[in-house]
Amino acid sequence: MAVISYREALRAAMRDELNRDKNVVIMGEEVAQFNGAYKVTEGLLKEFGPKRIVDTPISEAGFIGLGIGASMLGIRPVMELMFWSFSYVAFDQIVNNAGNIRYMSGGLINCPIVIRGPANGGTNVGATHSHTPEAILASHPGIKVVCPATPYDAKGLLKAAIRDNDPVYVMENTILYNDKGEVPDEDYIVPIGVADVKRIGTDLTIVAHGRAVITSLKAAEILEKDHGVSVEVVDLRSIRPLDEETILKSVRKTHRALLVEENKPFCGVDAQVAYLIQSKAFDELDAPVHRVSSIDAPQIYCKRMEDLQMPSVERVVAEALKVLA
Amino acid sequence: MAKPAVLTHPESLKHPAGPSAYAKDPVNASMTKEAKIALYTKMARIRHFEQRCIRIYQQGKIGGFLHLYVGQEAVAAGTISLLGKNDHLITGYRDHGHGLMVGMGMNECMAELTGKVTGCSQGKGGSMHYFAPDKNYWGGHGIVGGQAPLGTGLAYAVKYQGLKGSCLTFMGDGAVNQGAVHEAYNLASLWDLPVIFVVENNGYSMGTSQERSTAHPGCLAKRAEGYNMAWDVINGHDVYEVRAKTALALKRAHEESKPTVLEIFTYRYFGHSMADPDKTYREKEEIKTYRDKKDPVLLFEQELLHEKVLTPELSQTINDAAMAEADKAAIFADESPDPTLADITKHIYWEEDNRGPKTTSRGTIIFE
Ligand SMILES: Cc1ncc(C[n+]2csc(CCOP(=O)(O)OP(=O)(O)O)c2C)c(N)n1
Ligand SMILES: [Mg+2]
Repeated sequence: MAVISYREALRAAMRDELNRDKNVVIMGEEVAQFNGAYKVTEGLLKEFGPKRIVDTPISEAGFIGLGIGASMLGIRPVMELMFWSFSYVAFDQIVNNAGNIRYMSGGLINCPIVIRGPANGGTNVGATHSHTPEAILASHPGIKVVCPATPYDAKGLLKAAIRDNDPVYVMENTILYNDKGEVPDEDYIVPIGVADVKRIGTDLTIVAHGRAVITSLKAAEILEKDHGVSVEVVDLRSIRPLDEETILKSVRKTHRALLVEENKPFCGVDAQVAYLIQSKAFDELDAPVHRVSSIDAPQIYCKRMEDLQMPSVERVVAEALKVLA
Repeated sequence: MAKPAVLTHPESLKHPAGPSAYAKDPVNASMTKEAKIALYTKMARIRHFEQRCIRIYQQGKIGGFLHLYVGQEAVAAGTISLLGKNDHLITGYRDHGHGLMVGMGMNECMAELTGKVTGCSQGKGGSMHYFAPDKNYWGGHGIVGGQAPLGTGLAYAVKYQGLKGSCLTFMGDGAVNQGAVHEAYNLASLWDLPVIFVVENNGYSMGTSQERSTAHPGCLAKRAEGYNMAWDVINGHDVYEVRAKTALALKRAHEESKPTVLEIFTYRYFGHSMADPDKTYREKEEIKTYRDKKDPVLLFEQELLHEKVLTPELSQTINDAAMAEADKAAIFADESPDPTLADITKHIYWEEDNRGPKTTSRGTIIFE
C-alpha cells in the first residue's frame, strides 16, 4: 500500500476510471493545459489527450448542463468545479436538470454525472468562495452527495461515484489536498452510503464529515489524554445516502452524541442527524445531543476570526465535555 | 389595452396563400405522396390532440399548466420530419407537438396530462415534461432556457461517440435572453458541436411581446453572429420552407459538425397557457389574421390539394380519424389508474430501483 496525498488519490481514481471506461471524460475550468487549479488533474491531459480531458470556458451553467445532457446519452462526465461555491450559477442545471430528469421521465433517463471540487471554508478567501453546499444539495431527492475526509476515502468514493448511474456530487476540501494516507494500488471502491468508524470509543460518539472528521479525531485524542474519556468518531463519508445504522449503533453503545460539521448550523447536515438520533435512539440517550458548527454568519475574511468561526479542536473538546457533564 | 405588437413576420403575410416557393426544394420534391400525406396527418393529429386537451382541461381533469401548440404545428412537423437515427431533440414546456411528431402515442401523452400511471412519464412529469428517449426525445423542460445546455450536451455525446448526428434544441423567443442559452451558444460554436438551436418565435413570451423583451440586431437568430455561428430565419407557417432550411442546418451538423441558430416565425392561437385569459397584450384581430391567412395546417392542406396529393375527401378522413383518436385517448386518460402512494418514491435513483449485486451504494436514501 502506497502513502499518497488526498490530491493524488483523487487523481488516481480518475486515472483508473479513464482507463476502465472510454466514456469517462474529465471536464472543467483549467483541468487540462493548466493541469488543474489545484493540480488534482495534473498530467491527465498528457496521458489521455484532449478528447478525454477537456478545458472549458468559465461557464458553469453551460458546461455542467452540457455534461448532464451528454450523460443522458451514456457519457460519464466528471466535472471539476474550481469551488463548489461556483455551483450556484449552475444551480438550475445541478438541481432541476440532473436531479429531476430520472423522476420526471418515469425512470426512462439516467444521469450518471459526477461533479467534484472543493467545498470548504478556512482558506481566508471570504464569503463568496467558502460555501459548503452539501446540506443544500442533499436535501434534493435524486442527488447523491459524498464528502471524503481521507485519501483512502477520496479515491474509493470518487471511483464509486464515477461508476454510479445517478448524479453524485463529490465535495472535497482544499485544506486536505496535501494530507497523506495509505491507499491501495489495486482496484477498490468505497460504497456510497457507508459510514466509517474512524476511532473506536465507549463514552461519547462524535459524528462528523469532511475535514470536521480530522478535527474531531484530534479532539478525541485530547479528550482521552487530558480527560480520560473514550471517544468514538463516526465519519459519515456520504451525506445522501446516509448510513443511519452506523450512527445509531454507535450512539446505542456510548449513549451520548456530539455532531460536528463545518456548515452553518441552520438546516445543516447535523440537523438531520440530530433528528435521526432523537427519533430512533431517544431512550438510549443519557444526555441531549449537542452540535458544533461554524458560527452562523457569512464566512469572514479575517483569518484569525475565520479560524474561530469554524469548528476548532478546542471548541469540539469544550462541547464534548458539556455532553459528558 | 397595450399597444398591439408588430406582427412577427410581416413579409410572410404578404405572400399570397398558394403554392409554396419551397415545394421544389429537393427535400420536399423528393417526398413520396405517402410521405406528404403522413406529414399532413401528423400536423392534423397535433391540432386535434391539442384542441381535445382544451376540453379536458375545462372539465378540470388536467392540473397545472397546459401550453398548447396550436398554430405552431409546422415548426415541429417540418423540423422533426427530417430527423434520422442519430438525430436527437429536446425542447421546453410547449412539448406536445414534438412528442407526437417523434411517434409518441396520443394515449400516453393524454394520460400524462391527467396524471395517470399510463402516461409517458407515469404521471410524474405532466404536460411540461414529456420524454421518449427511445425515440431520441429528451423532453419536455419546465425552466425557460434550461434545456439549451442539455441539448448541446446531447450533441456533444453524439460527436464524442463518432456518430453523424445532431440535436435539435428548441426554445421560445423569450428563452433567448437566458444566460444558459448564451453559454450553450458559446460552447456549441467553440467546440463545433452538431446542435441546431431552433427559436420558435411566436412573438410573445407569456404576455410580453418580443419588442418589450429583447434587444436584437433585426432578428433573434442574428445573435448567432456574436458567437460565429451560422443562422437563418424561416417562415414557420410553411412546412416546406421549414423543411428546406432545416435540412441545410442538418447538413451542416452532419457533415461539418457545426451548429446553427434557426429562428422560425410562428404564432400561437391560444393564451400562453390555459391560465392566460389572453386579454391584455394582443388584439383579437391579430390572432384572427394569423388564423385566417397563415394557418400552417390549412396552408399545407391547400398546398397538397393543389399538388393533387390530397383530395377534400381524404383530408376529411384524416381529420376525422385524428379527432377520433384524440377522443379515444381522452377516454383512455380518464379511465387509467393513478400512480400509487408507493410510486411516489420510485424512479428517484437508479440504484434504488435496481438493487442487486451491481449497485454500489447502501444506506438510507429516501428519508421519512
Ligand atoms: C426560468 C423561468 N422563468 C420564468 C418562467 C415562467 N414562464 C414559463 S414560459 C414563459 C414565457 C416564455 O416564452 P417563450 O420563450 O417565448 O416561449 P413560448 O411560451 O412563447 O413558447 C415564462 C415567463 C419559467 N418557466 N422559467
Ligand atoms: Mg414565445
